[in-house]
Amino acid sequence: MPIPLTINGTARQIDAPEETPLLWVLRDELGLTGTKYGCGVGACGACTVHIDGEAVRSCQVTLGDAWGEVTTIEGLGTPDALHVLQTAWLRHQVAQCGYCQSGQIMQAADLLSQNPNPSDDEIDAAMSGNLCRCGTYNRIRAAIHDAAGQMQEASL
Amino acid sequence: MSRIGKITRRAFLVGAAAVAGGVAFGVYKVRQPIPNPLHPEEGSAMSAFLIIDQDGVTVVSGRADMGQGAQSTLAMLVAEELDVDWESVTLAHGPASAAYYNKAMLESAIPGADYNQSSWLRAVGESLGEVGKLLGTQITGGSTSIKDGYEKMRLAGASAREALKMVAARRLGVALDQLTTEGGAVIAPDGTRLPYAELAEEAATLEPPQVEPRRRADWKILGTERPRRDMLAKVTGTESYGIDTRLPGMKFATVRMNPYLGGAMRRFDPAPALEIPGVEQVLDIDGGIAVIARNTWAAFQGAQAVEIDWAPADYPADSEAIFATIAAAFDDSPNSTMRDDGPETQPGTEITAEYRLPYLSHAPMEPQNATALFEDGALTLWAPNQAPLVQQRAAALGAGIDRDKVTVHTTAMGGGFGRRGESDYSNLAARVARQMPGVPVQVTWSREEDMTHDLYRPAVVARLRGVVEGGAAKLFDAQIAGQSLMAQVVPRMFGFPGGGPDRSLVEGLFDQPYRIPSYRVRGYTAEFPLPVSFWRSVGSSHNGFIHESFIDEMAHAAGRDPMDFRLELVRPESPVAAGVLEAVREMSGWDQPRRPGTAMGVAMCWSFGTPVAQVIEVEDQDGRIRITRGWIVCDPGVVLDPVNLEAQMQGGMIFGLSAAVHGQITFADGAVEQWNFPDTDGLRISGAPAIEVRALQTNPHLGGVGEPGTPPAAPALANALFALTGTRARELPLDRTFDFVL
Repeated sequence: MPIPLTINGTARQIDAPEETPLLWVLRDELGLTGTKYGCGVGACGACTVHIDGEAVRSCQVTLGDAWGEVTTIEGLGTPDALHVLQTAWLRHQVAQCGYCQSGQIMQAADLLSQNPNPSDDEIDAAMSGNLCRCGTYNRIRAAIHDAAGQMQEASL
Repeated sequence: MSRIGKITRRAFLVGAAAVAGGVAFGVYKVRQPIPNPLHPEEGSAMSAFLIIDQDGVTVVSGRADMGQGAQSTLAMLVAEELDVDWESVTLAHGPASAAYYNKAMLESAIPGADYNQSSWLRAVGESLGEVGKLLGTQITGGSTSIKDGYEKMRLAGASAREALKMVAARRLGVALDQLTTEGGAVIAPDGTRLPYAELAEEAATLEPPQVEPRRRADWKILGTERPRRDMLAKVTGTESYGIDTRLPGMKFATVRMNPYLGGAMRRFDPAPALEIPGVEQVLDIDGGIAVIARNTWAAFQGAQAVEIDWAPADYPADSEAIFATIAAAFDDSPNSTMRDDGPETQPGTEITAEYRLPYLSHAPMEPQNATALFEDGALTLWAPNQAPLVQQRAAALGAGIDRDKVTVHTTAMGGGFGRRGESDYSNLAARVARQMPGVPVQVTWSREEDMTHDLYRPAVVARLRGVVEGGAAKLFDAQIAGQSLMAQVVPRMFGFPGGGPDRSLVEGLFDQPYRIPSYRVRGYTAEFPLPVSFWRSVGSSHNGFIHESFIDEMAHAAGRDPMDFRLELVRPESPVAAGVLEAVREMSGWDQPRRPGTAMGVAMCWSFGTPVAQVIEVEDQDGRIRITRGWIVCDPGVVLDPVNLEAQMQGGMIFGLSAAVHGQITFADGAVEQWNFPDTDGLRISGAPAIEVRALQTNPHLGGVGEPGTPPAAPALANALFALTGTRARELPLDRTFDFVL
């Protein structure tokens, strides 16, 4: 029995066992590989996506439990139409290997939607579930502050 | 003409420096040309490093991207000579080919301390580097990419530029010296622009002109801030890592190998796995099983469900027994004595200490994986890797075919840190694929499989003896015991024995620029088959901690400020190393009054051609300790890519701090005890200090930047913790002893 799910604005019928984690539905069943596998236990944040705008670890949400519209990094922005965070990530040259950055950006987008002007401590609290083995944290902080500033300017 | 010699059309030949005594064996053979591996369907391959077509310029490097950004820096070297817009340059990884051999990697194998090598010794090293072609070491590692490419890539750009101008001169009937180049075109005196794409095909047929690269004073791109060419893909989720390889009809698979590393599989029962929805097959792959499934998750579930009877490993069963075996190596004669200065004893105050460092996993964010297709007796492999020719060999062994039947595609890597110089993941993917002819299969390891089947940073035990007198160091005697990394890696990678003195055990310890009257470093090797390998900064990853912690102990025993104590020992030996210490002293405000409840520690290590000094500040926050700030000063000689250099130094420090605070792999009953990030974590953003970086350019030799940022981090932190708490950390990880705010 196919399961209906809206991903990046497109309604889909997904023919996979309902206990399959959303991560693997995205990556292996649908070919949306921007969302990454890092640990499978919700400890690294590489698989972060949004459900109804809220950041979740897609390795911990089954297909059957996905309660709303899913947005992945591919839906947040594209190379031709970047999200303000992606622009900030480019400006600050944040990524090294880049593998964790989809998750970092999705987590940061959730943070800024709730808190348009986060302090360093608030950034740390929101982002500490996202592991980066390359150690890009200084630039992640700077890029989030920058994006927050850009968003505030745009809203004025 | 530059020492690197003649640029040829089909290959980059390297004229060996004249070396007395026949040090570079097989020179005639390494001088033979290597065929250009590039056969672009469209566009013209100007050399093994450059393709010019309608879309612009593609810089092909033999170096892979694992996050370190070397491809981008290598492209800057070409672009500097070629006069193209940076935005029009694209990057590509070359195929597995000896044309991309890494000369600098082999140079780093010569004995002696890097900081005081004479020009003669460097010439020897450069000729040793020629042997790299024989070994086919197309390797990304050892912080060598830019050292290796610094001249090659500039010459490739300069030679191509001049060839393009020659074609333009002929077509326009204008003298060569009347032409200039700009923005990807040759410009005639009357303003006529001939784009490179129109000239490239003919230019590629010319014997390339031999020209010197431009003077540093004339550089327009190198040394300036340029965005990495891979950044857009990496922030939009469109970069394709090995794990993102998708092929028509591809199956997903995983492996489960013996947790008693290297042990055999006695028998297994696939039945429970085959009951799991989505699981299609269970394969015997010799030493373990593979599960083929509709998606990776189903394969993971299946692999856990298979009932397996494992044979034991052939190394001591737990960490205590392993450390006892390592320490027993002190009873044998040393494997190396790479520093042996001055008498065995000195008058003064003697201190001794024993240091003990654990095994470490690499844990790149992208777990090990490879994708393979076995068809018509040939194998095609897509692997995120640091050494394509090593993969080729391993995959050929796995598939039971000749090496020339294996095609390797090197993808982007989600981190490497040395792990992806190994080739077990390619070997296992080939073992799976050979049983599924005609079907492409992606073999992804679970995080647990990755962490428990790594080839670990060796654990070491070090015994230190120091003598101080009159406020100065008089004797520094270090004995270190551990498994010989080279004895394992060389046969595994290349198939021939790797014995003799192992520099990797003692680097970072014997080769430091301190002037101490009695200075002695001996390495003792323990042989047992627990898999070990390169880990970012290799021997310096443990020896930086040992050397710089004990120097700190000696400074305190001498009643001296640790910065003053170091500088007095370093200044007479190396002004370059003293320079980074002096700069970090000023930058960190070392001599200013410290904020209440805070303390600082300093460490310096010269590794991979670059001295790096770091200061770490820690703060007591209600009885817990926060790592608040870090300062880094390095001196790589020339800063080519400042944005990336800063990133590498910051990342190197975080990598070192992560290992210092959390990193450990321990054994119980023959198996690894840490399975996933909750068991041995990396620093998170909340525990990471704010870091400032400064690069000096006084080093007369070009040094690396990917690894040298790691070794000083752990000792700078441990020295700061001593300054704050009075507790000296002689074992890692530190979270066993200290309560951090993370």
